[in-house]
Amino acid sequence: MELLAFGKTGWGDELFYATLMTIAVSITAMLVGFFFALIFTPLKLSKYKTLNLVGNFYTTVIRGVPELLVIYLFFFGGSGAIMYVASIFGYYEYIEINAFVTGSMAIGIISGAYSTEVFRGAIQSIDKGQFEAAKVLGINKFGQFYKIILPQMLRLAIPNLSNVWQITLKDTSLISVTGLVEIMRQSYIAAGSTRDPLFFYSFAAVLYLLLTYVSMKLINKLEVKYSRGY
Amino acid sequence: MDFDLMMTSFPKLLGATVVTLKLLSASLFFGLFLGLFFAILRLNKNIFISKFAYGYSYIFRGTPLLVQIFIIYFGLGQIEYLRTTFLWVILKEPYWCAIIAFTLNTGAYTSEILRSAFQTIKPGIIEAGKSLGISNKIIFYKIQIPIAIRQSLPAYGNEIILMMKGTSLASTVTLMDLTGVAKYIISTTFKPIEVFIVAGGIYLFMTFIIHNAIKYLEKKYSFQQ
Repeated sequence: MELLAFGKTGWGDELFYATLMTIAVSITAMLVGFFFALIFTPLKLSKYKTLNLVGNFYTTVIRGVPELLVIYLFFFGGSGAIMYVASIFGYYEYIEINAFVTGSMAIGIISGAYSTEVFRGAIQSIDKGQFEAAKVLGINKFGQFYKIILPQMLRLAIPNLSNVWQITLKDTSLISVTGLVEIMRQSYIAAGSTRDPLFFYSFAAVLYLLLTYVSMKLINKLEVKYSRGY
Repeated sequence: MDFDLMMTSFPKLLGATVVTLKLLSASLFFGLFLGLFFAILRLNKNIFISKFAYGYSYIFRGTPLLVQIFIIYFGLGQIEYLRTTFLWVILKEPYWCAIIAFTLNTGAYTSEILRSAFQTIKPGIIEAGKSLGISNKIIFYKIQIPIAIRQSLPAYGNEIILMMKGTSLASTVTLMDLTGVAKYIISTTFKPIEVFIVAGGIYLFMTFIIHNAIKYLEKKYSFQQ
């Protein structure tokens, strides 16, 4: 137990902050994912074949390639890409992106591919009459989507989004390879310095279980809220 | 774009794909048996046995695969007693540690897939078997298992693809699988995009093959023929 003490003698506070970091990265990645999903879901549902192709390319590639490979691409290629863009604007200094941004972007793009599939499925399962009724009432496209389709879609999407959240939460452990100090990285450091890997990795597993358990409980509440009237 | 690098790294990456495929097939093979075993335990009437099986799948599905590999590869070696048993021959090899971790992980997911497949079998089918005087054992092996396997094909196909992506984590315990070699080439040449295209292409090709193979099997064993 003294290994987990707070302060200088134990790893308690370090692991606590690492857990907060994991939560922060997961939430950021999930939001980045929603952003991508909002772009790519309309593309996948579009009437135009070319736009479909772009949407399908994104979800197929990201879901077919290991998360770790995507993270390596961002980790090694991220600052190069930013510097290339900066050089167009005449800025030639070395730019370093911090691990948090790289990590949440990489995980966010992965999470976005899964969210896109969830949103697409949810929208497709909404009754066609809803779209038609909205059109007949003369509601514009924007209003149709935000006021009519989105609220109904959320109810259908929440159970699947909770799966996406779980995947995202677990994927954040992979960012540890880039050196961001989240649960996995902190356990690695602690295990290395105390020579007690069994304890620290098991403790990391417990922390992840706790996170998934608590978030499941919260999401269930959300599900009840959005299913009012059904 | 450095096409030369893409050309020269392709054979290296293809060689590493063999390691990935070995890891994948071994863990799927063992994981299927483990999954079936735990699915049967889950359906047991004894509440302790079914809770035990539920606990197993809950723990392995609720924690990242990376933690599981690290516990097995770095953690178990710490137990002095294990070092004296024959198990140490297996546990000191990263290759076998990875396979054990993948097997336990895919076993947990497979057990959930098979359990729900068993539960969706209509009771009428089992009753029909019973009324024909077929013994419980034969009903289970000849009726329930084949139907459950057919039912779970689509979900299991997804699990195979997820596991294929999961094998990339073997590179974190020093194994040179497809991702491991890709990372090595990236970190020596600093050309991430080119290597990503080649390695990602190989992964996508494997996904494509698995996806279509499962689709073919689904069609072949569909009930409406």
